[in-house]
Amino acid sequence: MSDQPAITLSDIGKTYVVRTKAGALRRHRNEVKAVDGVSFAVEAGEMVGYLGPNGAGKSTTIKMITGILTPTSGRLRVLGLKPVAQRRMLAKHIGVVFGQRSQLWWDLPLIDSFDLLHHVYATEPGRHKHNVAEFIDRLDLGEFLTTPVRQLSLGQRMRGELTAALLHDPELVVLDEPTIGLDVVSKHAVRTFLQDVNAQRGTTVLLTTHDLDDVEQLCKRMLIIDHGRVLLDQSVADFKKEHGTRRTLVVEFEHVVDPVQLAHATVARCEGPQQWLSFDRSVTTAAALISELAELHAIRDLSIDEPEIEDLVRGLYKS
Amino acid sequence: MGDAGVDGARVGAFLTLMVEVARRSFRRASHYRLATAAGVFVNTVFGYLRASVLVFVAASSGGMVRGLSGSDLATYAFMSQGLIMVVGVFGDTELSDRIRTGDVVVDLYRPVDLQMWWLATWIGKAAFQAAARGIPPVVLGAIAFDLTWPDHWWLWLVFVVSVVLASVVGFTVRFCSALATFWLLDSRGIDQMVTFTVGFFAGMLLPLTLFPQWLETVARALPFASMVQLPIDIYLGTASGSEIVWTLAQQAGWCVALLGLGRVMMASATRKVVVQGG
Repeated sequence: MSDQPAITLSDIGKTYVVRTKAGALRRHRNEVKAVDGVSFAVEAGEMVGYLGPNGAGKSTTIKMITGILTPTSGRLRVLGLKPVAQRRMLAKHIGVVFGQRSQLWWDLPLIDSFDLLHHVYATEPGRHKHNVAEFIDRLDLGEFLTTPVRQLSLGQRMRGELTAALLHDPELVVLDEPTIGLDVVSKHAVRTFLQDVNAQRGTTVLLTTHDLDDVEQLCKRMLIIDHGRVLLDQSVADFKKEHGTRRTLVVEFEHVVDPVQLAHATVARCEGPQQWLSFDRSVTTAAALISELAELHAIRDLSIDEPEIEDLVRGLYKS
Repeated sequence: MGDAGVDGARVGAFLTLMVEVARRSFRRASHYRLATAAGVFVNTVFGYLRASVLVFVAASSGGMVRGLSGSDLATYAFMSQGLIMVVGVFGDTELSDRIRTGDVVVDLYRPVDLQMWWLATWIGKAAFQAAARGIPPVVLGAIAFDLTWPDHWWLWLVFVVSVVLASVVGFTVRFCSALATFWLLDSRGIDQMVTFTVGFFAGMLLPLTLFPQWLETVARALPFASMVQLPIDIYLGTASGSEIVWTLAQQAGWCVALLGLGRVMMASATRKVVVQGG
C-alpha cells in the first residue's frame, strides 16, 4: 500500500445540476462544472497545499477525496480505496479538519470528546493514551482541557480539532482552511504542529488554504485550482522563484514627502505620508530597503503586503 | 471474517461505543440546571391544570369516565407531563439543525452508523430527563392529588420497559422528520406539524380513552399512541394480563418498523448528499 500514491485523481470531474425557475412550471436545467478534469497524485508522506480563490472547486475536490461526494467522471483512489463506496472503511484511516465546522462536542470539555474518539475508532488503549498525552503537550492543551468547548477561543478550539482528527493515527489528514480566522500565534502553533506530524509520523497532509504563508511555510509542493481546473502544480520553491517574488513595502513617513527614488524599488502608490514600494525579493530584501529609506526620511510605521492568492491567479492567467 | 470471536468482539465494541455516547449525552443534558428546574416547574403547573380539569370531568359524570376514576385521570395528567421530555413530545432540533447548517457532514466522516449514533445520544438524554423531568412532576402532583400507583411491584418493571420503547418510538419519529430537512431545507414547518400530531395522537392533549370511540381506534392504530398512552395504560393497569404483552409487542413493532423507515430515509439522504452535494 505504501508503494502507491496516497491519493490519485485521474481526470476527475464533478457537475452539479442546478434548476432555476423559469415561469410557473418550467425549470431551466443548468449544469455547473465545479471540477473539470482534475488529475494529480499525492505520494504517501507528502505535504501538499491546495490553493484557489473562492468557488474554484477546492472544497468539491476535498469532499470527493474524503468520500462524501461522488465524482461525475474520472477515477479516484485514496489509500487504495474507492472513497464513496468504502466511506466508512476510509474514515478509519483518514482525519479531516474543517476550519469552519466542528467535530467536538459543544457542551463537553475537550477531554470528553477525545475519550469518546477512542471508542469511535477503537484505537488500542495504550496508543490512545500516548497520543492524547503527546498532543496535550505539543499543542499546549493542558489549561483548557476541562473547559466546555463552547467557551474556548477559536485558536484553542482549532488545536482541539487538530487533536481530534489525529488521535487515531490516520495515514492521511485532509484540512480545509485550517488557519482561517486564527491570530498569528495560533497560526504558528497549528503550522508547527502539522509540520511535526508530517515529519515524525509520516502522515500525508493535504490542505486547502487562502493563506499563501501556510503553503510557503508548510508545503514543498502546491497546486492552484481555478474554475475547476488545475492551473499549476509545482514545487513551492520553483513557484516562488517564478511568481511569488514581488512584495510591497508600505511605509509611513513622519511627514509628507515626494515619492522616494530607489534603485531596486518603484513607488506604486502615494497617499499623504504613506508610500507603497514594489520590489522583487530575488533582487533585494525588505531589510535593505528599510535601511535605505531610514537614511532618507524619518519613518513612523512599516508593513509588508503579501500577495493575495487572487492576485497570483490573475498573474498566472496573464503569463 | 465469519469467525464468532471476531463478530463477538465487534458487537462488544459497538455496544461499548453506544454506552459511551449515551453517557456523554446524559452528562451534557445535566449541564443545563436552570433550564431543568424551569422545565419541572412548567410541567408541574400544567400537570395541576390538566389534572384539575380531568378530575372535574370525572366528578361531573358521577365519578367514573370510560372506566377511569378521578384519581386515574389525575395520575394520567401527571404521568404524561413527566413523559414529555423522556419521549420527546416537542422533539429536539439538534439533528435537523446540523443538517440545515451542513454540520452533518462531520458526522458522515465518522466510521459509525449515523442512526445508531443519534439513537444513543437520544437515549442518554432521555435517561437524564426521566430522572430530572419525569419523576418530579408526579411526586409534586401527589401532594395535592390522590394518585393511583401500580398494583404489583413487577408492573413497575414492565412500565420501565414500556417507557424505554416509548422513547425509542419518539426517537424514530423525530429522526425521520429531521431527515426530511435534506429535501425541505428547512425543518420548522415539519417540526411543528409533527409536534401537533404527536401532541394530539399520543394522548398529550387528552387521554385517548376520552376520545370518541372511532377516533380512539384511529389513534391507537398510529405509532404515536406508543409514546404516551400505552405506557400509562400499563402503569394504571387499564392494560392487564395478556394485554400487557400485546401493548409491549405493539411498541416494539413500531420501534422496528420506524427504525427501518429511518434507515431507508437515511440511505436515500446520504445518496442525495453524495451525488448532489447536499
